[in-house]
Amino acid sequence: MSPAYPIVEHEYDVVVVGAGGAGLRATLGIAAQGLSTACVTKLFPTRSHTVAAQGGISAALGNMGEDDWRWHMYDTVKGSDWLGDQDAIEYMCREAIPAVVELEHFGVPFSRTEDGRIYQRPFGGMTTHFGEGTAQRTCAAADRTGHAILHTLYQQSLRHDAEFFIEYFAIDLLMDDDGTCRGVLAWNLDDGTLHRIRAHMTVLATGGYGRTYFSCTSAHTCTGDGNAMALRAGLPLQDMEFVQFHPTGIYGSGCLITEGSRGEGGYLTNSEGERFMERYAPNAKDLASRDVVSRAMTLEIREGRGVGESQDHIFLHLEHLGPEVLRERLPGISETARIFAGVDTSREPIPVLPTVHYNMGGVPTNFHGEVVTLRGNDPDAVVPGLMAIGECGCVSVHGANRLGSNSLLDLVVFGRAAAKRCAETVEAGSTHAPLPGRAEERALDRFDRLRHARGSEPTAALRLRMQRVMQNNAAVFRTGETLDEGRRLIGDVYAAFANVRVEDRSLVWNSDLVETLELDNLLGQAVVTMVSAANRTESRGAHAREDYPDRDDERWMKHTLAWLDGQGNTRIDYRPVHMYTLTNDTKVIPPKARVY
Amino acid sequence: MAQFTLPANSKVRDGRTWPAPSTTKRPKTFIVYRYDPDSDENPRRDCYTIDLATCGPMVLDALIRIKSEIDPTLTFRRSCREGICGSCAMNIGGRNGLACISAIEDYSGDVAIHPLPHLPVVKDLVPDMKHFYAQLASIKPWMRAQPPPARDRERLQSKEEREKLDGLYECILCACCSTSCPSYWWNGDRYLGPAVLLQSWRWLADSRDEAAGERLDDLEDPFRLYRCHTIMNCTTACPKGLNPAKAIAGIKKMMVSRTV
Repeated sequence: MSPAYPIVEHEYDVVVVGAGGAGLRATLGIAAQGLSTACVTKLFPTRSHTVAAQGGISAALGNMGEDDWRWHMYDTVKGSDWLGDQDAIEYMCREAIPAVVELEHFGVPFSRTEDGRIYQRPFGGMTTHFGEGTAQRTCAAADRTGHAILHTLYQQSLRHDAEFFIEYFAIDLLMDDDGTCRGVLAWNLDDGTLHRIRAHMTVLATGGYGRTYFSCTSAHTCTGDGNAMALRAGLPLQDMEFVQFHPTGIYGSGCLITEGSRGEGGYLTNSEGERFMERYAPNAKDLASRDVVSRAMTLEIREGRGVGESQDHIFLHLEHLGPEVLRERLPGISETARIFAGVDTSREPIPVLPTVHYNMGGVPTNFHGEVVTLRGNDPDAVVPGLMAIGECGCVSVHGANRLGSNSLLDLVVFGRAAAKRCAETVEAGSTHAPLPGRAEERALDRFDRLRHARGSEPTAALRLRMQRVMQNNAAVFRTGETLDEGRRLIGDVYAAFANVRVEDRSLVWNSDLVETLELDNLLGQAVVTMVSAANRTESRGAHAREDYPDRDDERWMKHTLAWLDGQGNTRIDYRPVHMYTLTNDTKVIPPKARVY
Repeated sequence: MAQFTLPANSKVRDGRTWPAPSTTKRPKTFIVYRYDPDSDENPRRDCYTIDLATCGPMVLDALIRIKSEIDPTLTFRRSCREGICGSCAMNIGGRNGLACISAIEDYSGDVAIHPLPHLPVVKDLVPDMKHFYAQLASIKPWMRAQPPPARDRERLQSKEEREKLDGLYECILCACCSTSCPSYWWNGDRYLGPAVLLQSWRWLADSRDEAAGERLDDLEDPFRLYRCHTIMNCTTACPKGLNPAKAIAGIKKMMVSRTV
């Protein structure tokens, strides 16, 4: 029996978990439809990691040259290495245009062109005429686009009177015996109380899990709590082997330097001063897609052409752009480079290294944002009462590799889609079904057990062990050997968690316990990431196997699904890639070799 | 002359001292404010010495080192670690700043760390920001304008008009400025403070917004706006190099110019 924690009860039509770009866009959209809406978030909304997105948001507005959403769709399918679902990609690229225009109407302070339209810059993998020319498609607010969008979405949420539960940590989903989600159990850090928030629809918008790795651009709080709650609810996670390394994290700190810096004309060099990307991607060069650039950098370093004392990183040059462009278009990264690398971008190159940045994998959904799973022969069976959007969802629009500036787009398009779907499927004010106590009891048991954990392994020590294993064994390049060893090592850490030690027993702002709950969440995701990576014996997008260097469409053009039980055992199955479009306005893009 | 005594429970006592490990090469001591809401004890200052030879360069790196390896009960907010989310605002060596972009080497001697001044403390370095956020909501900080004529296109804004928002929209709501303002310390219940007034000016300065009159009406009050006495601590404190004092001056000028 779980100990008696008094629980405060709430009822809403919809509860959104997470208040980043996706969570806020969903929250304001749902609230605007007249549904009672709660947004539960462990951070004050403008502290979510969307705030750190820099370069921009893609949409074929054509403000700075010809463009077409079909070209955007082609680029996204190619960028995904043909693992993206083409119906969802069509939806995203077509809806990009109204979704971004709407952001401007909301008040996002976009940079402007001479004629007063939204400024758009080139970005990696973004082309015109199906790969022929370079597109200027990425809408930017200097290099602080995520900040500008996140703050604007929070402002709009205030306008629509959505109810926020700020600095509440979501512990677990409340699942019915028949697999319907009925809400979420959350812990209010401010006063230590527990809250049962019942809802007809629960929308997960909890972001990625970059902190499984030692070096990442992600915030400390990027712990994929929603993914882990889905795993504990017995649902699979999809395509977790696909972890994006951003080519330009600052050497040492891992802080992000936007791809927009190369969009504005920046380039990479090795120790010989060579612009080596010309060899790896003769057309796109430094603006090839991220997996391609990260692999090229890794190979240059491995072959002894890294820069610096230990020859273990690469230089990013912006000094030729001139102070005017740096001031107007790249002020934020110039500041970051000064603080974290001691570099004046107008004079010297920035030392950079491929750094974990984004998770293509997550909770599988359809293009409405509804969570789906494999049930019998149905690979698209909807899980009632549950949605997942943004980085924690896997729609899948990014497939095996996400294009830069498609992430902010994913957030607003599918946040908006989820709001529309809620308006169609949720009846405002309808009665809540009775809730069987079992799910809640399990969640409370886990919470109480960790709160009083008296083992010998401090949370921080276990976290570091996990991060080292992921960094060493699931890196830019992988082999069967490193992955098999990784499975064993990450399994050891997972098992060691049973012996974790928490020192703070309090309930008010117990950040020791928060970090332990987050570590529990991270560990489950680390295990399925490693197992999914070991299982996929081909190279596709961000998953580069040296022992299987080619893409194998015959065997592997399918989504991985991975389940995890409470003992750390995994099970793998598959869903087919959607090789069809939503409408006849465009055609399926058949697989071909991916060169830039 | 009137004598004031602080309430007994507000006196900060000396707390525990955690010695440096014997292998320490470059010791650095951090004196950190601690407050445990579950106990009846007064706040205290705990003293931690860490080895800079194995620690990252920023004050946040030191706090994480302390929490990870010495005392997991130490509590503070943090997230992005690159100065953009505004979580780790605190008072470091007597000045407000973000721990994640404050270099340890910029502080000589022992480094004293306190929560942001003049906010209620929830625990350790975590202040209660609810009132600050409520003040932000009170100015209706969203675009107020008629829908644009072409619903399927963006509003136009010239580069020059857009440039007026530079130095305003970048605010990260960390509250370093407001909690460094003596006027906000005394009248924070009614004075909006520099951070929220900077947000007001951000909309007054936006060529797309059409609610300037209403926004100014809402600010026309002896307290909400006019408790700014141009002390300028806000501008000194801002970790993003913004100038809230100038924004407030802009509002005051606009207020005057609409009456003459």
